[in-house]
Amino acid sequence: MCGIVGLFAKAPGIEERLGEHLGAMLVQMSSRGPDSAGVAIYGDPAPSGSSKLTLYSADPHERWGAVRDGLCDAFAVCAEPAVRASHAVFVVDAGASDADRWVRDNRPDLRVMSAGRVIEIYKETGLPEEFARAFALEDFRGTHALGHTRMATESRVTTEGSHPFSTGFDLCLVHNGSLSNHNRLREGLRREGIEFQTENDTEVAAGYLAWRLREGASLEQALEGCLDDLDGFYTFAVGTADGFAVLRDPIACKPAVLAETDDWVAMSSEWRAIAVLPGAADATAWEPEPGVVYAWEKALV
Amino acid sequence: MAVAEREHAAVEVVDLATTSLRELNRRLHELAEAPGPRHWRVVNPSGAHAVACGLDADVEVEIDGHVGYYCAGMNKRATVRVHGNASTGIAENLMSGRVEVDGNVSQSAGATGRGGLLVVRGNASSRCGISMKGIDIVVGGSVGHMSAFMAQTGCLVVCGDAGEALGDSIYEARLYVRGSVASLGADCVEKELTDEHTATVRGLLDAAGIDADPADFRRYGSARRLYNFHIDNAGAY
Repeated sequence: MCGIVGLFAKAPGIEERLGEHLGAMLVQMSSRGPDSAGVAIYGDPAPSGSSKLTLYSADPHERWGAVRDGLCDAFAVCAEPAVRASHAVFVVDAGASDADRWVRDNRPDLRVMSAGRVIEIYKETGLPEEFARAFALEDFRGTHALGHTRMATESRVTTEGSHPFSTGFDLCLVHNGSLSNHNRLREGLRREGIEFQTENDTEVAAGYLAWRLREGASLEQALEGCLDDLDGFYTFAVGTADGFAVLRDPIACKPAVLAETDDWVAMSSEWRAIAVLPGAADATAWEPEPGVVYAWEKALV
Repeated sequence: MAVAEREHAAVEVVDLATTSLRELNRRLHELAEAPGPRHWRVVNPSGAHAVACGLDADVEVEIDGHVGYYCAGMNKRATVRVHGNASTGIAENLMSGRVEVDGNVSQSAGATGRGGLLVVRGNASSRCGISMKGIDIVVGGSVGHMSAFMAQTGCLVVCGDAGEALGDSIYEARLYVRGSVASLGADCVEKELTDEHTATVRGLLDAAGIDADPADFRRYGSARRLYNFHIDNAGAY
């Protein structure tokens, strides 16, 4: 199983309460994924020329100040990190690529959950309700967000194996389904220089998208490539700096529903998660067609 | 006015925002054993699964809003009307009675149904009528891919179009489509539409309250050429 939720704000009132709405949607998907939960929230952009890193530490007593000091020495910026449970967000006076590389080189014990100008990814094992509380989701504002509740089938229940997966700067992927050719695909992508940190099938899909985008494909082209190159069942939701996209495999066993009002666009595995949004009863709702890419971007609405 | 008020008063209203789904279904199931209200209205379903399932009574249940999986599944005798959309498996394994949906339905509508009538006024997505075993299904809009897969008996009437692989590995079910068929599944072929068939389609359209000309439909069914239809293979079963 697994549950997916996504929310794209078209009105300022939704942006103000994005985290609260996303948390409510996520909790509705608990029965589809009680093992772990995660969100990617797009908002509060870093200043031009700077980037945001969301880091995870398995050490509950992590001294985030020491990480900040190291980043300050390297990039001459000293803003305090925003710490939430096991994660901390750093705004770094450098491009996302340099900041990301510094963490991988100097603090390999930490995990870069996301890097970019607007994205923040948080994920953890446990019930979605506990996750929403621990990470104070109701505090977040932003333009759009994705969430995932996981019922693990292909790999272990760990923080690293939870979704969303980063697929590049300001990009992420959440997945409901299972891929059957991920081992072969992972080998090929490693030869292309794509790094993997788990045995998780979704991380391979994320790596595949990262590779296609790196090679010059548009997001739509990269997603359409999935139809040829990925074997298995999937409903994907992909977050970008400007919006999100949804794709179901051609067999479409895995559920998905889309809905739109004047104030928001939402996607989910089930209507239950959308029903909690304001004005849901009057929303236009439909089931996305198999094998068709649906995308929303800020510029288009 | 007095009559309308009496009718309104006779409707048992259950609000799923304040009443649990189990409580609603328990009360509906009790009607199989003892008399009770004949008209029910369920409000605030909010996509809940298994609403009004397993009924065995001559009752009418109106549901105001969208429902989740398996609504009205396994029902006998009851009439269930969904004034909204329904997710996966509406009227799954329906035994008898009637299920109507004003909006669209997700995959596997009427799956394995053994009797009764399912009416979908909007579209149905993939696998509509999969393994149907006697249910009649009338869809006002279109159906998605793999509809009537391994369909055994009963009729599927589609007023719009059908997706790919219609009627794959079909047995004796009869399929009627007014619009285009993206492709036919294995062993499913177009067959002649005779007066007997137009009469059947007319009866089902009338029962569904859908205005369409039965002569506009085309009929599809089994060519009976797959392995299990060969007498030489009968010993394998």
